[in-house]
Amino acid sequence: MAALTPAGPMAPVTPPAIAAGPGGRAGRPRRIRVWRGVVLLVAAVYFLVPLIASFTFTVKDASKGFTLDAYGQILSAEGFGKSLLLSLGLGVATIVVVLLLTLPAMLAVRLSVPKLKPVLEILCTLPLVVPPITFVAGITTILQWGPDHLADTPFFQTIIAAQNPDFPVVLVLAYVILALPFVYRALDAGLGALDARTLVEAARNLGASWPHLLFRVIVPNLRSALASASFLTLALVLGEFTIASLLHYQTFPVWIYTISGSQAQVSVAVSVFSLLITWLLLLVLSSAGARQRSGS
Amino acid sequence: MNGAKVELRGLRRNFSGTTALDGLDLTIEPGELIALLGPSGCGKTTALRCVAGFEQPDEGAVLIDGADITRVPANRRDAGMVFQSYSLFPNLSIRDNVAFGLRVRKVAAAKRHARAQELLELIGLPQIGERYPHQLSGGQQQRVALARALALEPRVLLLDEPLSALDAKVRVTLREEIRRLQLSLGITTIFVTHDQEEALSMADRVAVLRAGRLEQVADPATLYDRPATAFVAEFVGTMNRIPGKLSGRTVTVLGQDLPVEGDVPATSDVEVLVRPETVIVTPDPSSEAMILVSSFRGSTSRLRVQLGDLEMLADVPGHDTVRLAPGTRVRVELVERPVLVSASSDVAAAVPVSEHDVV
Repeated sequence: MAALTPAGPMAPVTPPAIAAGPGGRAGRPRRIRVWRGVVLLVAAVYFLVPLIASFTFTVKDASKGFTLDAYGQILSAEGFGKSLLLSLGLGVATIVVVLLLTLPAMLAVRLSVPKLKPVLEILCTLPLVVPPITFVAGITTILQWGPDHLADTPFFQTIIAAQNPDFPVVLVLAYVILALPFVYRALDAGLGALDARTLVEAARNLGASWPHLLFRVIVPNLRSALASASFLTLALVLGEFTIASLLHYQTFPVWIYTISGSQAQVSVAVSVFSLLITWLLLLVLSSAGARQRSGS
Repeated sequence: MNGAKVELRGLRRNFSGTTALDGLDLTIEPGELIALLGPSGCGKTTALRCVAGFEQPDEGAVLIDGADITRVPANRRDAGMVFQSYSLFPNLSIRDNVAFGLRVRKVAAAKRHARAQELLELIGLPQIGERYPHQLSGGQQQRVALARALALEPRVLLLDEPLSALDAKVRVTLREEIRRLQLSLGITTIFVTHDQEEALSMADRVAVLRAGRLEQVADPATLYDRPATAFVAEFVGTMNRIPGKLSGRTVTVLGQDLPVEGDVPATSDVEVLVRPETVIVTPDPSSEAMILVSSFRGSTSRLRVQLGDLEMLADVPGHDTVRLAPGTRVRVELVERPVLVSASSDVAAAVPVSEHDVV
């Protein structure tokens, strides 16, 4: 029964297409279909032209004409795997931290102190208006000031460990702040569509403890919102350059930039490649969200 | 499954300046269905939420079977609740919704599915276990919510205006069903509503609340026939206030002498409280009273009659509507029976301040 119901955001597209199918109906449906095609075409040109241009650039070779060498070199290029893994690891850590921070806070504000909602909203939106360069300047200052003043305290080890180049926790902290506005928006929309108060009270009334209701009631009903928040965060971390570069960490974007100086073709190939990876992740996450909706 | 005795003792609750509960005392007997009735903001929902544990009273205590549960967290209380808005978990099937409480208590899957099926049969929807909440109508969702609330065999059932989001027909059938279930299970039930008809038709006793205080608690017939205060008289049903002259225990009103019931005020200038259905209206071309408006309601018609500078309401059988059209001159009398009187208020018009339409 449940499987028959339209699934997710993509569902509405299919039934009208079938209705207007072969032989179609005259008038409105056809005109709508034409406009749909136009919109699709414009969007496709906008997105595909740069992609095709980049791809062409990476496979053109003066002597051989067509070659996939650049893509072959990606895997063997020095630092590729390491930087990609670092960025993915930072992304996952950022997602975990930012969700653990925002979801309980937003839920608590919604349920018990709705008056604080504007405050939380402003706090979470603030990173959007702070330029990353200012942000880095601030972090750098702290990192320089820290060791001098904390030398004799246990915090000294902490501040050193946070800057470990193998896994710079300081970047996770910075990315959590950068991701706040996007995560807040995504979760706020999800919570808004949910009558959170009633669901929480119903679950409490049935004997559920707070952790139980959070993981069995709230999270399952926020799956798509959580998925989009996670995706936005991951995309942000995989693309963030300024902070990582200025703090001298070899994340994926920094590595692409470094390699583009010596091997232009390889660096573009890596960009195309990373775009594909990002799309793949997007697909996985959005289909996870869609599956949840079709299940309910 | 037996009902518990619920006691509210001097409940007080303030919401940043507004008093929701102002020393509410109420005892609900085991197995009784009590309706908390009142206008919005009278504190009826707050009182219910105090019993459920979603609200902490500033003062006072909630006792169940003599045990003070005021500080017990909501998830440890023995009370099932049905909410005003649809509260089924959207991600769970109907069966899992009903079995949610059992799952929290780690009851084995086979056992809780059997229990869920049993409850779905109880509410007359045995075949919907595999469906999801968004596939059900509003009435079905509220029934499932009722089944879910009953799954843990609570000793108290709390209903927070569960019918107000439903359309009129479903509302009537569902309230009969709730009452039938409540009687067969013998579960103590607190039913919050602003719909007087709902309260009068379902409850063993009705508690009328006003500004966080109890105005009157009585069985429906007493409440309607012998309202303790003018507020109750006007909130429950509709009342005309007609000026009369008091002498001893009889009052002269519209040229009739009627015995007075209940308290007698000190002054002789009084207002007589009269229900519209006890006003008799007959066509009479020589009379000065005239029908202003007639609104047909099927079995009855409500007439607005002008008598001098006085306006009053009268209910007549629906089939009389034709000969009692607006503009008709009529004679107005009252049914010969004891009436309630109250000291004259400053309000000149006899028309009730608030007319609550019966749905």
